[in-house]
Amino acid sequence: MSSLLEAYVQTEDFDIAQEYQYLRENNSECGAFVSFLGQVRDFNEGDSVSSLELEHYPGMTEAVLNKLLQEASDRWAISRAKIIHRVGALQASDKIVWVAVSSAHRADAFAACEFLIDALKTQAPFWKKECAEHGERWLDAKDSDQAKARQWMK
Amino acid sequence: MITLLYFARYREVLGLDSEQLVFAKPCTVQDVIEQLKQRGEPWSSTLSDSKLMLAVNQTIASAEQELNDGDELAFFPPVTGG
Repeated sequence: MSSLLEAYVQTEDFDIAQEYQYLRENNSECGAFVSFLGQVRDFNEGDSVSSLELEHYPGMTEAVLNKLLQEASDRWAISRAKIIHRVGALQASDKIVWVAVSSAHRADAFAACEFLIDALKTQAPFWKKECAEHGERWLDAKDSDQAKARQWMK
Repeated sequence: MITLLYFARYREVLGLDSEQLVFAKPCTVQDVIEQLKQRGEPWSSTLSDSKLMLAVNQTIASAEQELNDGDELAFFPPVTGG
């Protein structure tokens, strides 16, 4: 059976309860549901952060997310997987990203969800600009994120 | 003609998000980079960034890749989403 895979890039917020309901409805063959929610921290590298601007590369972003979902589906026995990533202006505590996976058993759901967020962080063309106490700054990519993503390479 | 796109920090520094460039085949990504560097600063230092990433037609590419008429070539810094 093929998996139901979906990726959305949007400025609008999303509702966690609705997303969980979507993941579970008409999905009685699944016993495991794993999700990751990323939100805007109010503190980063010693500065308090008031807001964030998220830029992306329209077209390529969706293509990369769909490729990653397909890879997750090829590697693990998952039933549904959905990624939502917001772009535009975001405030502290706003939701940024949602990755949710359902599977018959938890091991596949945990692995696929963690793979998806790790790979998204290093491959999907999004860029964050922080507005902090001491002005605006584009965030630098972290070596720790690269190392985390490399662990999933076959 | 190819389309060039610049994102994030590069877009701000260069003051430009896209442009059309006339080119003569054969031409690689590296040839385009060298041509743009001829414009002087801030092009020269921006396109010399050791972390510069590039995509041709929305797929990550290397500087050796050959370009064709109508291609879309994007320059961007390492990604920081999630």
